[in-house]
Amino acid sequence: METALSLVVGCLFAVSLYLLLSKHIIRMLLGVVLLSNAVNLLIFAAGRVSSIAPPLVPEGAEAPLAAVANPLPQALILTAIVIAFSFFAFLLVLAYRAYQDLGTDDTDEMRVAEPEDDGLPPLGY
Amino acid sequence: MAEIEATTGGILALALPFVAAALAPILKRIIGAHAAWVLALAPAAAFAILFSFLPEVSSGGVVQFGFDWIPAFDVRFSFRIDGLASTFGLLITGIGTLIILYSGGYLKGHRDQGRFFSFMLMFMGSMLGLVLADDLMTLFVYWELTSITSFLLIGFDHEREKARRGAIQALAITGGGGLALLAGFILIRELAGLNSMTEVLAAGDALRTSPYYLPIFILVLCGAFTKSAQMPFHVWLPNAMEAPTPVSAYLHSATMVKAGVYLLLRMQPALGDTALWTTVLPAFGAVTLVMGALLAVRATDIKITLAYTTVSSLGLLVMLIGVSTEYALIGAVLYLIAHSLFKGGLFMVAGSVDHGAHTREIDRLGGLARHMPITFAAALLCALSMGGITPFVGFLAKEEIYHALEYGDAYHIALMAAAILGNALMFAAAFIVALKPFVGKLPETIDHPHEGGFTIWFGPLVLGVLGLLGALFYETYHALFSGPMASATYGQPVEIDISFVPHLNLAFALSLATIALGIVIYLASNGVRAATSRFLASVGWGPDHGFDQAMRGLLRFSYFVTNRLQSGRLDYYMTITVIAITAALFVPMILGGALPAEPQMPQLRLPEWLVLALILVGIVAVVVAKNRLTAIVSLGIQGFGTALIFMLLGAPDLSFTQFMVETLSVVILALVMTRLKLSPADHRPLREKLPDAALALAGGAGFAVFLLSIVQRPFDPALSDFFEEYSYAIAHGKNIVNVILVDFRGVDTMGEIAVVMTTGLAVLALIRIRVGRRAKAQPDPMETTP
Repeated sequence: METALSLVVGCLFAVSLYLLLSKHIIRMLLGVVLLSNAVNLLIFAAGRVSSIAPPLVPEGAEAPLAAVANPLPQALILTAIVIAFSFFAFLLVLAYRAYQDLGTDDTDEMRVAEPEDDGLPPLGY
Repeated sequence: MAEIEATTGGILALALPFVAAALAPILKRIIGAHAAWVLALAPAAAFAILFSFLPEVSSGGVVQFGFDWIPAFDVRFSFRIDGLASTFGLLITGIGTLIILYSGGYLKGHRDQGRFFSFMLMFMGSMLGLVLADDLMTLFVYWELTSITSFLLIGFDHEREKARRGAIQALAITGGGGLALLAGFILIRELAGLNSMTEVLAAGDALRTSPYYLPIFILVLCGAFTKSAQMPFHVWLPNAMEAPTPVSAYLHSATMVKAGVYLLLRMQPALGDTALWTTVLPAFGAVTLVMGALLAVRATDIKITLAYTTVSSLGLLVMLIGVSTEYALIGAVLYLIAHSLFKGGLFMVAGSVDHGAHTREIDRLGGLARHMPITFAAALLCALSMGGITPFVGFLAKEEIYHALEYGDAYHIALMAAAILGNALMFAAAFIVALKPFVGKLPETIDHPHEGGFTIWFGPLVLGVLGLLGALFYETYHALFSGPMASATYGQPVEIDISFVPHLNLAFALSLATIALGIVIYLASNGVRAATSRFLASVGWGPDHGFDQAMRGLLRFSYFVTNRLQSGRLDYYMTITVIAITAALFVPMILGGALPAEPQMPQLRLPEWLVLALILVGIVAVVVAKNRLTAIVSLGIQGFGTALIFMLLGAPDLSFTQFMVETLSVVILALVMTRLKLSPADHRPLREKLPDAALALAGGAGFAVFLLSIVQRPFDPALSDFFEEYSYAIAHGKNIVNVILVDFRGVDTMGEIAVVMTTGLAVLALIRIRVGRRAKAQPDPMETTP
């Protein structure tokens, strides 16, 4: 299972990086969503798929009786999903506002902070 | 007991100027310009303390004190007072006292006088530390402190561009030389194992015979030549005349510019007397001496004239130190003390003239003698000493210098010629400054010339009179000041017997010739000025202009580099980032031999195969989608696929969260997309897409290989076992994932909540603020954008 997951994770990363390398903000946003899934699956696979039983303590027991799935990566991923979602929401609003003010989603045309022909700073003292 | 007294006294002398510097602004606010009288007590006290060491030092003793600073590196905060340091220290604190008083009168009523006092005293403390320092690192720290404080002083009048330029130039040149000096000191420490001046001086020939003599020599010289304004580093000194006159009188006559000379004198016993030393130093010194003196006569501003004569005098000193013989060093020592006295005095005179007549242009000055008699007297006393006329200390120095150079070989004849020419020019310059403004007719442009107050004329007069007393009581002078200083410089005790009574010998004849030549130049000064100007105009380019070019070049270079590194193109940054990530994944794995073995064909259940295939279909569809809704829906497909994977592999909590988040993402994205008139498809030409695709594939492969390499290693379940075992026992929770989130790693979750909250606030702000549109629609008249 881990081997198959590794290959899928590789594909997810490849597609997400490809989208992030694009010049269009919207495509980059899709890349960000894919990136978060890729990272989550990577963490999940790194924690091994030993058992497919959910990590729960049965009623009346002190600890799981049989082998359960590794709970630690699950906890990490749960945090990661939430943060990735809020990050995505922020980027989406940012892209939307940038589009509203600049009228484009092409990063080549977004040169407000770093203008193309800035020129030398003054040469005096 | 004696040692404890030395430590307390020495540290007190070193700390006093800094303490006074801290108090200066407050004192100025409370008692105004009279603060000078209180503040002058600090250098005066330091002078008295140094004076109390004089009996021991003048009999050849060395006072040492200090404590460990960074023991791990053998760096100490230590000091050493011998003849050289003592005389220097007395000059610094003695002239410093007069200068503080002079500043009190000169800058009376100036808005920032308190700050001026503060900078001045800080400089004084730094300079004192420099000449007393024993440990090389201690010396370096004080060396750099003098650079920084002189930057503050030159740029004191920071609202004028010329002052800013002068300050930056001085800092760049002397600070750069300081770094070279640091490198030289590190070489001496690490390669020769000598940590302090005491060790350097005791090491004998160790440095001279070291294979690293050449780099050490060059680096130390870079430090000394920049600080002591040798050609072509001299440019900062005349430009430093932008500073108020007390600064020039103090830094650019007696102290700061002598730091390089001090270093050469100090290192002479260890580095000197080699073929390299006796060639390079006199060569630079002689050129600086003659060129500086010519430029001095050429200048029309008396302060600039003095600045160039200082350059010239420093050249003379470097030349003499380079000759390295006993007489040459005695000559250097005598000239150094004499120069500090007469040049400090003349600078103050120039300031007084400026103060009284409101101009420093030599053509517009004249006939001030009647209106400023005391200043005139002080000026004459100093100029006579500078001109080398008996009975003044300048005469002793000049006789000794000629005495040291009177040999028949080409080397000495060339240096003698430079010395005579330079001295004659300086003689002329001295009287241009000290005589011309005071004699002749008072020009009508000067309105109400007047003598300054007591503090204004007191300093130059004292220095002028001291130049006379030193020569009249030459035995005491040699016994207390010049003798111990020369002995420390030469490395063994020397006897100085030169007196103000001229002897009929070659040196005296040359002295007379110098004075005669000087008088000729004085009378023909307008011709010399025109000739020098013509010569400079024909050369056209000078190091001062070169500094501007260098600064502009630096700016252009940094602009070029910044443009390359920060192109402002997001795709460029992304490409670099992806390349870096890919390299970070592959390179350590390949170098460390951690590449995974070839994986087996995985054995999976059918639903698992289907879900994995679903994810792959989803992501391929995202890339190739022709319209934006298809892309978004495809994004949803792979997201649900991921959620199903979690479901199948024993992570129901993850699965539910993923379903929810994915649904929300798709819905929000679709809503936003429909409001944008954009196509999600990639419209770029293939030649742009292909490199990106290749890079993305490489990155993806990197992550896949990385993950394979991880899962092929043995798993350490310690943490997971801990959580499974104690989830109920300690935290009383049955859902282990939840227990980890809210209990074991509760702080993490708190951080997560903070992130979500911050993002929410940022989103809110982004939606509320509409900068661009409103500014275009209705510009706010109250809002001015710079």
